[in-house]
Amino acid sequence: MKTIGSSVLWCPAVLLLMIVGCAPSTRQVLETKESEVRLRSIQSRIFDTPDQNKTMRAVIATLQDLGFVVDKANESLGLVSATRLSSYVLKMTVSVRSRGESQVLVRANAQYNIQAIEDPEPYQRFFDALAQSMFLSAHQM
Amino acid sequence: MRYKVMIQFIALAAGLMVLLNSCAPQIPREALQLPPESFKQRQLQSRQFDTDERTLLSASSAVLQDLGFVIEESEPAYGLIFSSKHRDATNPGQVIGAFAVALLTGVALPVDRDQWIRISVVTQPIVVDAADPTKSRTAVRVSFQRIVRNDRGAVSRQESVVETQIYREFFDKLSQSLFLEANAL
Repeated sequence: MKTIGSSVLWCPAVLLLMIVGCAPSTRQVLETKESEVRLRSIQSRIFDTPDQNKTMRAVIATLQDLGFVVDKANESLGLVSATRLSSYVLKMTVSVRSRGESQVLVRANAQYNIQAIEDPEPYQRFFDALAQSMFLSAHQM
Repeated sequence: MRYKVMIQFIALAAGLMVLLNSCAPQIPREALQLPPESFKQRQLQSRQFDTDERTLLSASSAVLQDLGFVIEESEPAYGLIFSSKHRDATNPGQVIGAFAVALLTGVALPVDRDQWIRISVVTQPIVVDAADPTKSRTAVRVSFQRIVRNDRGAVSRQESVVETQIYREFFDKLSQSLFLEANAL
């Protein structure tokens, strides 16, 4: 009886320690699951066009096709951000930069509710939609 | 006996941790996929006007101001205006329903209280005639969203607005606004 009694006390104590022993939530500030190099490769594609503005307008049109409302844009940095509201909240930032004389590099990162999206698949779907709207194919880095 | 209980407990806790980790919800497939109705949506949300991009953007911002929106972002280089407004979301039907339920069961249901309405206006030049802007043609696409909060402070719904009538009325107001701008009223 005594053993059971003390283990009843032990159990919550160990559970508490396990939870407390986890990383503090400030760790989230710099948290990523994938390496920077891998993330950039998952989130980026190259298009064979020198036209940054046209590419960004295609990005915006694609975001609208996907049900986003574009809420931020800055031409000098080549950035847009957009939000999709459904049973979840999906937020996305897309940047367009020139790459050499004849190409642009498009990079996207997305957040699903309170999580970063780090799987390649959702990005692949986004770039498929973008390529369709640009009538150009997307190259991996 | 004691160790056995401990081992069982640790196994249980480890199982729970694995479960918690793998429970992280995955992004649904449809989230970044072109929906089959995307063409229909685009038609509903888009119009073309015989004017240049700059004029259409400024007429759009005037309509947004008429409707009480606060312009939060604008980038003419990409043809974008984003604005929002915070309004009441009380629905009399819902309030009466909640009152009836409270009377019958003693349980108070939450009712909608306020909402944020968000809209992006995006223009796209189709024909550019710098010499004569009246010969230009520009497309515009608007999309509305709203986030509704209930009287307990929780988000009760977050959605894209898809009512055809709302888009139709917005474009009517936009063509009126273009007329007013053209006639400097």
